Amino acid sequence: MKKKEVLVLEELLGSNKKIASEIREKLEKKGILTINILGSPGAGKTSLLERIAERLKPDYKMAVIEGDIETERDAERIRAKGIPAWQIITGGACHLDAKMVGNIFPEIPADLDFLFIENVGNLVCPANYDLGENIRCVLLSIPEGDDKPKKYPKAFTTSDCLIISKSDLLPALPFNLEHAQKEALEINPKLEIFTTSALKDSKINELIEYFVSALHKLRQKNA
Amino acid sequence: MHELSIVASLFEILEEKAKEQKAKKILSVKLKVGALSGVIPEFLETAFDIYKKDTIAAESSLKIEEVPLKIRCQRCDTEIVKDDFVFICEKCDSRELKTLSGTELLLEKIELEV
Repeated sequence: MKKKEVLVLEELLGSNKKIASEIREKLEKKGILTINILGSPGAGKTSLLERIAERLKPDYKMAVIEGDIETERDAERIRAKGIPAWQIITGGACHLDAKMVGNIFPEIPADLDFLFIENVGNLVCPANYDLGENIRCVLLSIPEGDDKPKKYPKAFTTSDCLIISKSDLLPALPFNLEHAQKEALEINPKLEIFTTSALKDSKINELIEYFVSALHKLRQKNA
Repeated sequence: MHELSIVASLFEILEEKAKEQKAKKILSVKLKVGALSGVIPEFLETAFDIYKKDTIAAESSLKIEEVPLKIRCQRCDTEIVKDDFVFICEKCDSRELKTLSGTELLLEKIELEV
């Protein structure tokens, strides 16, 4: 019996990263800004996307990839707004990966402005998987509590944007907004923070401006 | 619980390497897992033991080196090991920090029977 030691030094998620980079490059070339939305189940990801769809629809072309463990429900909600949506049913898997997004890639219209990907509701696992996005947004809803950024550091350190959702519930719940923002910025000083309410349509415009300005930057880079 | 998916990715690499080296068996596997890798080492171990059955690594052992989060302040050059994930320099309060280690999720080396 001969033993041999082999130095490998390969990232375990290297193949996901590679597929994600290819997706990002192709979408960027088409001038499409891709946004990956993370958040717990019930954080308000789909409701937020419905508001975004209403705002963007008159001036921009957007599409949505919905990730869920079961059912087409979220994609149907988006389609009801007149927006093309694909549902990825993971059948138990707790996150989307780049390969799943890659499978949909041939169907994505080339003239889109924005591609939103709503990840499976989960603050842990999706954080490890690059999907080829330009912007990663993490949602934190008021009922979840203001202590979440430090409890789920990976989701917050890998995101570009924090959306504190359901701000209409602030008067009813002991959520310390300042504390949540401070803790989030401690673990990720680069986070852009928006405090929104999809129900009351509050601060959605600011978020839209952020996405539109990122789209312009991407296209300037292309030009 | 995405550790099983991560172990599945690990086995893709393991099988490729074993084939490249014309190995009969994989005897041991060494990983480096950062404190901010988003993965729990104990769960990786459990997932590895489930997954390895009937593979070329069926009799292998898994070693995980846990790597702490280490950062360097870009302003005052202090290097700090962080266990609270607060990205603020303890010495000069700067937020301009560079992560040196602690985010890795790496297959470092394998031992084979050839």
